[in-house]
Amino acid sequence: MTIKLLLLAGVVLAALFAYRGAPTASSLATRRLALVATLAAAGVAILAPDLVTAVANAVGVGRGTDLVLYVFVLASLFIWIGLYRRLHEMEARFVQLNRAIALNQLPGSDSRDVDA
Amino acid sequence: VCILSDGHDRERTFPATRDNQDVVVIVPVYNEGAVLAQVLGELTTTFPRVVCVDDGSTDESARIAELAGATVIRHPANLGQGAALQTGLTYALTQPAEFFVTFDSDGQHLVDDALAMLEIARDGEADIVLGSRFLEPRSEVPAVRRLVLGAGVLFTRLTTRLPVTDTHNGLRVMTRHTARHLKLQLHGMAHASEILGVVARHRLRFVEAPITVVYTDYSRSKGQSSVNAINLVIDLALARLRYAR
Repeated sequence: MTIKLLLLAGVVLAALFAYRGAPTASSLATRRLALVATLAAAGVAILAPDLVTAVANAVGVGRGTDLVLYVFVLASLFIWIGLYRRLHEMEARFVQLNRAIALNQLPGSDSRDVDA
Repeated sequence: VCILSDGHDRERTFPATRDNQDVVVIVPVYNEGAVLAQVLGELTTTFPRVVCVDDGSTDESARIAELAGATVIRHPANLGQGAALQTGLTYALTQPAEFFVTFDSDGQHLVDDALAMLEIARDGEADIVLGSRFLEPRSEVPAVRRLVLGAGVLFTRLTTRLPVTDTHNGLRVMTRHTARHLKLQLHGMAHASEILGVVARHRLRFVEAPITVVYTDYSRSKGQSSVNAINLVIDLALARLRYAR
């Protein structure tokens, strides 16, 4: 049953992640720490597969493989949302850039007049 | 003197001397070469300040707009109608004008409707005047379109609590005060509801005016696919949450 709570909490976190404000320095640090932790966990799982099964059993999952799959699905959700947000921010900047170029090309335009 | 019915069962007279120097008309354009000359021709004879925002057209639209006497602002890349409107508004606000008109480039709107709406705005009763094709049964709206637009109206009424009858209409007249509040973030087609969101949030006074939307084979082929309504709803739902204040 523990696994159900953990996965549900993960999904709720992912939903919050999707609607949160702009990324900050601390969120960048969080992402980097998560990457390091993931790499370390992957190394451990390769060297000691039985440990994965032991962890899986501890949270109520039969096989280590299944636990890895659940974690993978949840992690992809975060990656997916993160990329979507990145694209969205990039699009907003792209629009601002285009608008500034367009307005500056007008004859007699003064970029100080334009709050693009 | 030109006489128009403003839809309230009384005739209005416009002084023919009205020079509309205090008005900027914003026309977002994307590949409308086929009808643009006619649309802008009618606008520029009535309004001295017509701004055409060419949203990265690949046809002759920009050249046609220049020939028609409009000020042309060219997006280097295609960004979407909402982005084009915002660019036009950003520029228009640098001009000495009090009223800002948004007007579609595909020939759906009538200059006389814009003039009637301007008179309402000039009366000082409204911060924004929105054209509605459903206020009076003047337009022959195709059945599927009617259904989709009806759903849009319902959605907007529920989320903004504004009693609007037509949400996705490109013909609007707004005051400088209103234009300054608009900072459109939705670059695609969802900007129409975004504008209403701003109206609701800032408690701007709005009036709907009955207008005619001319459905031609051309405008029908250029118009949005009705399936796009699903995208609009998702865009708006995400934006509401993201920019919620």
